[in-house]
Amino acid sequence: MGAGHAHKLYRHAHSPVHALPPHTKLAAVFAFVVVVVSTPREAMWAFGLYAVLLGVVAAVARVPAGFLLRRLLIEIPFVAFAVLMPFVAQGERVEVLGMSLSVSGLWGAWNVLAKGTLGVAASVLLAATTELRELLLGLQRLKLPPLLVQIASFMIRYGDVIADEMRRMRIARESRGFEASGVRHWGVLAKSAGALFIRSYERGERVHLAMISRGYAGSMPVIDEVTASRAQWSYAFALPFAALVVCLLGWNL
Amino acid sequence: MHVPDGFINAPVSAVAGVVAAGAVAVSLRGARRELDERTAPLAGLVAAFIFAVQMLNFPVAAGTSGHLLGGALAAILVGPYTGVLCVSVVLLMQGILFADGGLTALGVNISVMAVVTVVVAYAVFRGLVKVLPKKRPSVTASAFIAALLSVPAAAAVFTLVYAVGGTTDVPIGSVLTAMVGVHTLIGMGEAAITALTVGAVIAVRPDLVYGARGLTAPLKLRVNGELVDAPAARPEPVAVAARSSRKFLLAGLGVSLLLAGVVSFYASADPDGLEKVAADKGIDAKAEDHAAADSPLADYGVEGLTNSRLSGGLAGVIGVGVTIVAGTGVFWAVRKRRTGEDCSPTSVPENV
Amino acid sequence: MDFAAPSLEVAGLAFAYPDGHQALFGVDFSIGRGERVALLGPNGAGKTTLVLHLNGILTAGAGTVTVAGLPVGKRHMAEIRRKVGIVFQDPDDQLFMPTVREDVAFGPAAAGVKGAELEARVDRALEQVGMAGFKERPPHHLSFGQRRRVAVATVLAMEPEILVLDEPSSNLDPASRRELADILRSLDVTVLMVTHDLPYALELCPRSLILSEGVIAADGATGALLGDDELMRAHRLELPFGFDPRSVDPRSVDPRSVRAVER
Repeated sequence: MGAGHAHKLYRHAHSPVHALPPHTKLAAVFAFVVVVVSTPREAMWAFGLYAVLLGVVAAVARVPAGFLLRRLLIEIPFVAFAVLMPFVAQGERVEVLGMSLSVSGLWGAWNVLAKGTLGVAASVLLAATTELRELLLGLQRLKLPPLLVQIASFMIRYGDVIADEMRRMRIARESRGFEASGVRHWGVLAKSAGALFIRSYERGERVHLAMISRGYAGSMPVIDEVTASRAQWSYAFALPFAALVVCLLGWNL
Repeated sequence: MHVPDGFINAPVSAVAGVVAAGAVAVSLRGARRELDERTAPLAGLVAAFIFAVQMLNFPVAAGTSGHLLGGALAAILVGPYTGVLCVSVVLLMQGILFADGGLTALGVNISVMAVVTVVVAYAVFRGLVKVLPKKRPSVTASAFIAALLSVPAAAAVFTLVYAVGGTTDVPIGSVLTAMVGVHTLIGMGEAAITALTVGAVIAVRPDLVYGARGLTAPLKLRVNGELVDAPAARPEPVAVAARSSRKFLLAGLGVSLLLAGVVSFYASADPDGLEKVAADKGIDAKAEDHAAADSPLADYGVEGLTNSRLSGGLAGVIGVGVTIVAGTGVFWAVRKRRTGEDCSPTSVPENV
Repeated sequence: MDFAAPSLEVAGLAFAYPDGHQALFGVDFSIGRGERVALLGPNGAGKTTLVLHLNGILTAGAGTVTVAGLPVGKRHMAEIRRKVGIVFQDPDDQLFMPTVREDVAFGPAAAGVKGAELEARVDRALEQVGMAGFKERPPHHLSFGQRRRVAVATVLAMEPEILVLDEPSSNLDPASRRELADILRSLDVTVLMVTHDLPYALELCPRSLILSEGVIAADGATGALLGDDELMRAHRLELPFGFDPRSVDPRSVDPRSVRAVER
């Protein structure tokens, strides 16, 4: 994970989607996913339309298809689960290629795959077009408790620092000829984890000292405020509104 | 493993979201009471630690390896409130930044992976530490058992959520067996790593292990020469912590009891509702059902006969209702109890 | 504000940690406005403990600290923390915000500065340390020397009465070290530099204090102190191999040193 402007998923570009205020994007993606999840799974064509909608957004945002597809791989554990469903689920069974599969299991697998994939794709698009810093500002603007946003902000700021410390500890271990190859080495690894915790906690204490030295008294000063115009809101919500239309059609057709 | 979108239906996801939000709200208050203005940096750094340690691979055998989930470790090292906050923030960031876990499933993920693991682990840990002799090996042993139980507990709760709001009618009984079985195995690894890590921390900085507070002997103040007493730089938070964590435990216990009650009710009231599905109704019934229903709720129980659908729905509604009541109950209990005691420590770095 | 008062006055300061370990045993010294003073001492002499008293993070069991005529205590804490700018040893601890700009803005914003003035302060502070082009960068992506400079800027943005630096030269390569020295010399602010980098102290600070075993063991011109072999040995201070303070003319380094030497 990267700090600041260059987290792994972010793709720097200047597109209308990149330019949208972060809180409108967060709200729009969330609304979109809610609509997708609420769509009846039998309306298969609706999911096709959702995918087209996301494709349009990706095109406008200049996110290449290859990038998007690669990021979808995060789903794999659940694909495996979905593949199992037709075998373990109950209900009427059908013969497919000589295998007896549960009909409701097939529907369930389709449901999870379709909705899960669309959800991941939407999140990937959000992360690809929004800087980390902006995401935090957006969460703040969406009235997430400020303390939670601060914790998230510190986690992101120090995630790399701590990961670096962890890497240095591994190098130090390996430099002394230690190679973890099985359960009997867990003690050594756990000692590293313990040391890492102590370092992290003590750094937290030092960061706190640095903060109060500069006048921190429990709440972060507001330095940046993001705002969105009505036009930007409606632009961002074009996606969930279009999806909602599809969803309503899905319920009624 | 993070639950994606579409795995749990919309209403149950929403309820889980409310439960998660309530738990996070309670934890925010609790953490602030314990850490005061140090909450943000300390919880942030611990969250970063949890995030990093999840990337630390523990080799099991020939090429396979496991990693820590961290709920139990967080609970024991920094206490239940901060623990819930840290794991929740990690999950939130994984969802938004890495698309790991669906946005609509965030409530489920936080409820199961942050709240259940932390509360179960902390309750078991504190219980054992109280019972066992006050020695260091007891702390390590308690950490082991707490972590061991926390993982299958989370798996069981997830299965229950799935039973109420799952989108596929897999046989819940066998799923429960499989989930708990597999996760007990995972729990063994989690337990070993957690216990070893807690042991490593307690050997160097026993004062940092939240769950073992009160085990260390009180520090003796020695003042040299004619100099006046050094002012107590950090008021002992132990009393407050002990009291608030007892409340937390009671509340957590109450919730679990309620949940368990509901679920057993559900399981006993509707065993054939699930089995009957196996009988005869296929895609036709589903289509009919579907035509009749025009709310997102129809996604749940969509497969069955009217009566099984009814009972399933009823159980779902009751479960949902009780969960909300329980969630708000905890919230109110904790809020009412708030006496507004204010400890504002001038914090002191431990190292000179 | 009392302009005649020294920037910093410490009198009879003593402190013991809650575990009974006593770090300070009655520290007295005073730093005039505009002076640059080095605080030298071996590890464990109580240097960091002393620094944490200067802005009231630790409060003394006995004795007083006065900043520009203002006693350090609960009553004036916000103002004291604005006047005393501490640059901590590890810039990663100091730079806790997501971007350089926000980090530099943190102090003044916490003091209520807003809008255009806030931006102006940030720009000015970054200008002073030569980091103006790095405003939107995340601290993690800067080199160590750059991070140390930004850390100085975060404190300068608060327009402090006195700048306190904890081991400013540690972990810096020679070029970064020199750049930082140039920056510190260009600032028109009182400086207290805590260090065991003796050549750096000689280069930058006309006057030095030696803190040893919790008391001020010596106070004088840096060149004279470093040249006193017996004093140095007594307090576990060692010059780098081949470095002879007598060979360095402090006046060639800093014209202001004349005043301090005359003290």
